[in-house]
Amino acid sequence: MTEGGASAGVHSGASFLDEKGRRTGIFAWILSSDHKRIGILYLFSVLTFFFAGIVLGFVMRLKMLVAGPGIISAQTYNELFTFHGVIMIFLVVIPAVPTIFGNFFLPLHIGARDVSFPVLNLMSWYLYITGAVLALVSLVTGGGGIDTGWTFYAPYSLRTHANVPLAVFAVFILGMSSVLTGLNFITTTHRLRAPGMTWFRMPLFVWGVYATAWVQVIATPVIAITLVLVLIERIFGVGVFDPAKGGDPILYQHLFWIYSHPAVYIMILPAMGVISEIIPVFSRRNIFGYKAVAFSSMAIASVGSLVWGHHMFVSGESYTANWIFSLFTFLVAIPSAIKVFNWLATMYGGSIRLEAPMLYALAFIFLFSIGGLTGVIQGSLAANVHLHDTYWIVGHFHYVIFGGMGFGMFGAMHYWFPKMFGRMYNKRLAPWAFVLELVGFNVFYFALLVLGWQGMPRRYYDYLPEFHALQVVATVGSWVLVAGLALMFANLLHSVFKGPKAPANPWGGSTLEWQVSSPPPTENFEKIPVITQGPYHFEEAGQV
Amino acid sequence: MTDAAASTAIEHHHADAEGARLGMWLFLLSEIFLFGGLFLVYSVYRFKNPADFHAGAAEMSRFLGTLNTVVLLTSSLTMALSIAAIQRANRSLSSWMLGFTIALSLVFLVNKYFEWTAHIGRGIYPNSHYLLSQPKGTILFFGLYYTMTGLHGVHVLVGALVLTVMLVLVRKRVVDSKSYVLLENSGLYWHLVDIIWIFLFPLFYLIT
Amino acid sequence: MNHESAEAHVTPYRTYVYVWISLVVLTGVTVTVASLNLGLASILVALAIAGTKSTIVLAQFMHLKNERGVFKILIPLAVLILVVFIGLTFTDVAFR
Repeated sequence: MTEGGASAGVHSGASFLDEKGRRTGIFAWILSSDHKRIGILYLFSVLTFFFAGIVLGFVMRLKMLVAGPGIISAQTYNELFTFHGVIMIFLVVIPAVPTIFGNFFLPLHIGARDVSFPVLNLMSWYLYITGAVLALVSLVTGGGGIDTGWTFYAPYSLRTHANVPLAVFAVFILGMSSVLTGLNFITTTHRLRAPGMTWFRMPLFVWGVYATAWVQVIATPVIAITLVLVLIERIFGVGVFDPAKGGDPILYQHLFWIYSHPAVYIMILPAMGVISEIIPVFSRRNIFGYKAVAFSSMAIASVGSLVWGHHMFVSGESYTANWIFSLFTFLVAIPSAIKVFNWLATMYGGSIRLEAPMLYALAFIFLFSIGGLTGVIQGSLAANVHLHDTYWIVGHFHYVIFGGMGFGMFGAMHYWFPKMFGRMYNKRLAPWAFVLELVGFNVFYFALLVLGWQGMPRRYYDYLPEFHALQVVATVGSWVLVAGLALMFANLLHSVFKGPKAPANPWGGSTLEWQVSSPPPTENFEKIPVITQGPYHFEEAGQV
Repeated sequence: MTDAAASTAIEHHHADAEGARLGMWLFLLSEIFLFGGLFLVYSVYRFKNPADFHAGAAEMSRFLGTLNTVVLLTSSLTMALSIAAIQRANRSLSSWMLGFTIALSLVFLVNKYFEWTAHIGRGIYPNSHYLLSQPKGTILFFGLYYTMTGLHGVHVLVGALVLTVMLVLVRKRVVDSKSYVLLENSGLYWHLVDIIWIFLFPLFYLIT
Repeated sequence: MNHESAEAHVTPYRTYVYVWISLVVLTGVTVTVASLNLGLASILVALAIAGTKSTIVLAQFMHLKNERGVFKILIPLAVLILVVFIGLTFTDVAFR
C-alpha cells in the first residue's frame, strides 16, 4: 500500500542501472556521484574483500586440523590471522552496511534525491579502494606481510621487520574514508529530510546509520593519530610507545581501543537498523517501541564509547580502571537488550512470513544474543583472567560480528535485493543456503567457545592434544559454513543477471524505498514526497 | 522539519550553504579528535614526568612562542575580515586580507623553522645521541613537541595552500558576495588551526 | 540560488578588531601568569585562559553565536567527550 499522502511515482523513468549520462561504460560507474551507484561500487568492493578474508580464514582452519607446523609455518600463520583481521575489520565489517546499504537507502528513506555531498561520497569510495590497495601492497613490499595481529600492539609493531608503516598508513587512509562518509550521512539526515519527515518519522535504519555516523566522525580520528604515532615512531624514534624511551605500551592500547571498541558499534548499529526494518515487514506489525529503539541506538553509541578498557583487563591496567570499565561493559548490554525485547514484542501477535530476510533477522537475534551474553561473561573481571586471549574471545566476537553484523548484512542483501537490482533471487534455494550457514556457523564457533573455556589460546598455531577433537569439529563446521556462503552468493550473483523481474514492492514494505520502482530511477522520486505519518503502518484495515 | 532553504535545495539541486557549513564543522570535529589523541598522550606523560616536562618547557623560546601566537591570532583577524569584506562585495579588501592571512601563515612557518633548527642544532631531536642520554620524561617531552607542533605545522601549510586557492577564486569571482561558503569553510578550518595553537602554546612554552 | 539563511548576519569590521585586541590581551595575561610559578594551579589557569580565547574565536570569528542549535552543541560535545576519554584513561594511569 503506498504511503498516505506521498506523491512519489512508482512508474518513474529509467532505472538508475540503465541511465545513460555523459559517460559510458565503466566510467559511468566509477565517476558517478549517484549514491545508488556508489552503493553498488561498495557492494562489489566489500564483497571482494569479504571473499579474500574468508579464504584466509578457511586456510587458517585447514592448518588448525593439526597441531604444530602443518601446511604452513608459524610465521605465515601470524601473517594469515593478521591479514584476516585487517581485511575483515577495516575492509569489510566496518564499512559494509553503512557504505552499501546506508549509501543506497539513506536518501530514499528520508525522501531525498541524494546525500548532502555526492562528490565527497565518491571520494570516500576512492579512499577506500586506495587504502585497500595499499594494504595489499604492504603484503609484498618492505619487510613483507604484517604479523602483529590486526591490533598492531606496541612495542612489537615498532620492532617487527614486517611492513608495518605501509599497512598502518593504509588503515589511516581507510579511516579518512570512514570519517567523510560519517559526516556526509550526519549532514544528510539533518538537512535533507522530506517535508513532514520529523526525526521520529524516520525509518529506524536511518537512526542506526545516523548514530553510527557520529561514532565514525568522533572515534576514527583517534585511531588515525595512534597509527600515525606508530609510523612516526618507526621512522623517527620519538619514543611515544617505546618503554626504552619512557613510552607506555598500555597507552597505545588505550588509544587503539578508544576507537576500536566503538568501531564494533559502527559494525553492529547499522545491522540492527536493518533488523528493525525487516521484522515489522515480515510480521505485518508496526515496530514495538519506536522511540526506545531509536534512542537505544544513540545510547549504544554513547555508552559503548566508555568501555574500551575491557580489552585490557589483564594488560597491566589499574584495578580502578578495571572495575569502572567492567561496570560500563555491563551497562552497555542494556540498550542492546532493549532492542531485542522490542523486536520480539513486534513479532508477538504478528503474521510471520519466513522469507529469507526474516530468517536472517531471526538468526541475527539468536546469534547476537549468544555473542552479547558471552560478552557480558568476559566483561566480568574474574572470568576475564581465564578467558582473555583464548578462543572464547574469538568465539564471542565472531558470534557478534559474523553472527550479528554478518547475518544482518545477509538479511539486508536479500531484503533489498529486488529493490537494488529489479530482480528476485531464487526463493527456493535461499533458505537452504541459510540453513547451511546457520548450522555451519554454530558448529564452528560454538566449538571455539568451548575450546576457549578449556584454555586454548588464540593466535597460536600449535596446541595441546586435548584440544584436537574440537579443532577438527570447528574446521568441519567452517566447511559447512563456507558451503552455505558459496550457495548464497551464487544464488544472488546469478539472480542479479538472470533472476525474475521484481515489482516495486515485493514484500509489502511501507518505507519510502518501496514506493518507487525496482530499481529506483536516478532521481529517486518524481516529486519529493510530503510525509504525514510514521514509517511503519501495517495495522490499517485492508492490509494484506 | 527541514527548513525552507534545505527543502528548496533538495528540489532544485542547489547548494545548501548551511549544510555545507555543518559538514565543515563535522570535519573540524574530526580534527579536534585527531589532535585530541595527542593531547591525551601529552596529559598522561606530563602526569608521569612532571619535573622533566617543566624542564623541557624552560628550554623553549617563550619569545618565539608568544610571537607565533600573536601571528596566528592576527591571521585569524585578517581571515575574518576577508569574509566580512566579501559579504559586503568588497573583492579588493577581501583579497588583501586573504593575502595577509597567507603571509602571516608563512611567518609562522618561518618562525617554526628557526625554532626547530635551533633545537636540532643543540642536538635535541628524536633519537639523537644527546636526547637519548636525557631522562625519559625529557625524551617524551621533545618527542611530543616535534610531533604535535609538526602535525600542527602541516595543518598550517595545508591551510596556506587552501587559502591561496581561495584567493584565486575570489579574484576570479567564483567566490563572491552571493556565494562565499567555500571561503567561510576555509575560514573555519583556519580558525581551528589557530585554536589548536592556542592550546599548544601554554602546554609547551608556559607551563611550569 | 544560494541560501545563506542563518549566516545573513554581517558583523561590523570593528567588532573583529575588538575581538583581536581581547585575544592579544589574554595572551599577555597568560604569559605573565606563567612567570608567577603558581605550581599546580598554573596548568589550570593556563588552560582556562586558553579555553576562554578559544571560546571567543569560536563565537566571534567562527560565527557560532549566529548559528542555530546543532552547531553550538558540537564543540561542547567534543570537549566533553575528550574530557571523558582522558579521564577514563587516567583511572588507569593514575592508579597503577
